[in-house]
Amino acid sequence: MLEILEDNWLLFLIGQYPHGPVGGLAMTLLLAAAGLSLSFPVAIALALARLSARRWLRGPATAVVYIVRGLPLIMFIFWTYFALPLLIGHTVGGVETLLFALIVYEASYLSEIIRAGIEGLPKGQVEAAKALGLGYFPTTFKIILPQVLHNMMPSLVRQFVSTIKETSLGYVISANEVTFAASQVNNQLMTQPFEVYGLLALTYFTLCFTLTSAARWLERRLTAERGGLGAQPA
Amino acid sequence: MGYVFDPAAVLTGQYLDWFIWGLATTIALTVAAWLLGMTIGIILTLVRMLPFRPLEWLVAGYVEYHRNVPLLVQILVWYFGVPQLLPRAIRMWVNSHHSEFLLAMVALGLASAAYITEDLRSGIRSIPKTQYEAARSIGFNYLQAMSYVILPQALRIVIPPLINQTLLLFKNTSLAMAIGVGELTYRTREVDSYTFKTFEAFAVATILYLAISFAIMALGSFADRRLKLEIR
Repeated sequence: MLEILEDNWLLFLIGQYPHGPVGGLAMTLLLAAAGLSLSFPVAIALALARLSARRWLRGPATAVVYIVRGLPLIMFIFWTYFALPLLIGHTVGGVETLLFALIVYEASYLSEIIRAGIEGLPKGQVEAAKALGLGYFPTTFKIILPQVLHNMMPSLVRQFVSTIKETSLGYVISANEVTFAASQVNNQLMTQPFEVYGLLALTYFTLCFTLTSAARWLERRLTAERGGLGAQPA
Repeated sequence: MGYVFDPAAVLTGQYLDWFIWGLATTIALTVAAWLLGMTIGIILTLVRMLPFRPLEWLVAGYVEYHRNVPLLVQILVWYFGVPQLLPRAIRMWVNSHHSEFLLAMVALGLASAAYITEDLRSGIRSIPKTQYEAARSIGFNYLQAMSYVILPQALRIVIPPLINQTLLLFKNTSLAMAIGVGELTYRTREVDSYTFKTFEAFAVATILYLAISFAIMALGSFADRRLKLEIR
């Protein structure tokens, strides 16, 4: 097992870089980070649309969220794989395909977290802002969202973990991330699949478990903070 | 673009059969993995509540492994890795009995067991401890207290999250295509590569997935409404 690691650790970590494209764990992290951050604005828009009083905003946003929740991620990846080149007029690589699919997918799940956060805030916040004469946008972006984002830090970290795990589907469309790297190592070695995929599982576990633990720590801190301020629990 | 959208082209003859087989395999895999996951999930929940710390840590480790490693990687470990460790005789038997379906079922079932035991535990935890103490004080043993007092109440709380878990499991069966299980996604790709009717093939699969997902979601919200306790 150690021998495999000794011979292939660089491929696992950064892929062919600097002699070729970035890959491996670096690409996994890059994809997850980019996917989650780019989905964020879309998620906020979706959440606000779902809570809107206007039906023409609420309807389509609700439909998007339900359709995404009802489909496996792999279906999205294939749709993106075939449809994106037609939409933008030139071929796209595996990494770009995966990134685009992740943005749409994550945005829907994230929007549900944001929506729950907004609904969990005491109504008095909106009423107080209105009483001060603030309009919809200042209320939303200066009063509501900052509090919601603060409260949802732990969920955000958990969502990051989910995104990291979802990037493993890059394997199916040969996007150069760490699962794909492991399958390449396995194809070279042929005889030690348990060791190769065991190492891969261990890599993901170390990374994701650290982040999950961080999310738990954040959760405890937030609860303590709320208790300390004497605010009602959400 | 000159592309004519023609769903009928993928819904005839052998292609229709492939879709039907794919859907049947997806459903079979969901049901088999669900049963396995539920059985192991219940056993894990009972084990972790025994008053013996090391067992509790063991179950916690099990849960953390399955929650922090991508499901696809778990499937790859089971399909490519585990047969290497098995004795020759068992390996031969597995290989001659649709190893990909069996191992996908094991991987999916074990992973959902980890989520199911968490749901069950939080349901049981929400029942006040005094209920258990009262049951024990009138002479019930651990199993009786669980099955007559705690579980009937906890069930009401855990059914909605369990239905949600079923939805996730149903969607996750699509990952089995990576090891060649002939489920819906796999068959769809086959239809696509035989007919070149990519959008039609994936539209059919999408509609099938959505129909079943929405049915499970509807069941979930029905259970949610039915089981909610009236606050007296």
